Amino acid sequence: MRRRGAIRAGPRYPGWLALPALGYYGLFFLAPLVLMGAVALSERVGHIDFVYALNFDNFKVLWDPLYGEIFLRTLRLALFGTVAALLVGFPLAYYIARYAKRKTLLLLLVVVPFWTSFLIRTYSWLIILDPDFPALRALKWMGVLADDFSVLYTPTAVYIGVVYTYLPLMVLPIYATLERMDWSLVEAAEDLGDPPLRAFRRITLPLAVPGVLAGSLLVFIPLMGEYLNPVILGGDKTIYAGNLIGLQFGSSRNWPFGATIALVLIALMTLAVLAFIRLARREEQYG
Amino acid sequence: MGKRLLQAHSLLVYLFLYAPIAVVVIFAFNGGRQVLNWDGFSTKWFGEALADPTITEPFKNSLLIAFGNAILACILGTALALALARLRPWLRAPIDALVYMTLVTPEIVFGIAALMFFVQLGNWLSLGSILGLWTILLAHVVFNASVVALIVRARFVGMGQSLEEASFDLGAGPLSTFRQVTLPRLAPAILAGGLLAFTFSFDDFITSFFVSGAGTTTLPLRIFSSLRFGISPIVNAAAAMILALTLLSIVAAYLVLRRTAQMRREATVIPGV
Repeated sequence: MRRRGAIRAGPRYPGWLALPALGYYGLFFLAPLVLMGAVALSERVGHIDFVYALNFDNFKVLWDPLYGEIFLRTLRLALFGTVAALLVGFPLAYYIARYAKRKTLLLLLVVVPFWTSFLIRTYSWLIILDPDFPALRALKWMGVLADDFSVLYTPTAVYIGVVYTYLPLMVLPIYATLERMDWSLVEAAEDLGDPPLRAFRRITLPLAVPGVLAGSLLVFIPLMGEYLNPVILGGDKTIYAGNLIGLQFGSSRNWPFGATIALVLIALMTLAVLAFIRLARREEQYG
Repeated sequence: MGKRLLQAHSLLVYLFLYAPIAVVVIFAFNGGRQVLNWDGFSTKWFGEALADPTITEPFKNSLLIAFGNAILACILGTALALALARLRPWLRAPIDALVYMTLVTPEIVFGIAALMFFVQLGNWLSLGSILGLWTILLAHVVFNASVVALIVRARFVGMGQSLEEASFDLGAGPLSTFRQVTLPRLAPAILAGGLLAFTFSFDDFITSFFVSGAGTTTLPLRIFSSLRFGISPIVNAAAAMILALTLLSIVAAYLVLRRTAQMRREATVIPGV
């Protein structure tokens, strides 16, 4: 960084301009993560204190069917959210990329909700799913829904909430790959006698795979650490991995254990990302 | 036929995306004491919210944090973007990886790590608890500096650097080159990045929740804590105001970026941050 490389022609801004940001990341991002690792290995003393040590007990504690159940539940939530977002998002991305006239505007309309407050978008479902919400009352009155129908503060509400929250993240990358596609290939296949569905399967789908994988990753990763939807829409009654971490820093006050769960969560996510990348590479080679 | 079906589906998806937001806004204008019992159109709850110090204080805190965060993020992010644009690959790759890491690390993980770090730092420096406005701000800047860096770099690389090279060749130093050549052309990207940094910070809940300490509240934290007692008209009005504020700055950021992006593709790259 100190020596100005003469390899590439032309003067440039000095590399040390990166140092303030790097120092900042080092102090306020990497150091906290390293500290988290140290706390995970520390030993709990009394109820709230701990001393640094080299102690793997927390990992052993985590190896319990009770926690395994929570991680499996989180995995189910993340998989459901990813698949549902894909099923809802793919046709939308396909429509915008292939048929829509005002592509930029329609895409912007997908992005805007994602950029508005997470908390408030989750909160909005608290209103909609309230048994007293006018539309729900109307449906009950018409007999479409049972009188005691209520999903608020149940896992179903959490499932609805996560699809709503993460849908835009699925649409964007799929749109990006479909937008670059040469639709005349599809038209040619259809002209040559392929029924639309077959043309879709043989041409569109293989070409869309990178976008689908990228979108799935963007939805799956944050879902593994989901915190807000279960607390607000699930009424904090069903615990997912993110909530389990949060609890250790709230009422349970067991920081070493919380840090351990966070480490395990990051490890699981890294594995998922690596698997996704391998899948993507293979698709690139043979797809 | 397939097209019609897709069109109908898309319409439903947009309804799904916007109906909840609309519901919050509509019911914020309900004059009744209960959010869900419509009792005539009224703006009175906005007035009540703005007269309630337990809402205006957190609101001020949120604004302060978001502003400070945006300024700091713009400085760090822009400097990083300028350096990164032409750094050699073996140096750039790990820095890139670090930037992306700050963006994809689950907020809950970063939030608790930052909490432990600030508590530990306070102990080491014998300052006691340092949790408060400053720690929220410092934690927010991590994510947002990366957001600004990505947006500014995309623009910087996209616009080509022959003018900068000419300026350097003619003997101008980095500072005057930046002031006279780069800044005027990068200003829209920096402004857009800053607006986004502002919204992300203003909206943030999870990181703030963990590093706020006992005495400090931001608007999202205030809304969250009141949800335990169900939905109330005042909170609903506050939520609608947050929505309005963030929507405005997002649209502003988009327009600024769009006006200056020569190619449409560039404008569509940005949402993917």
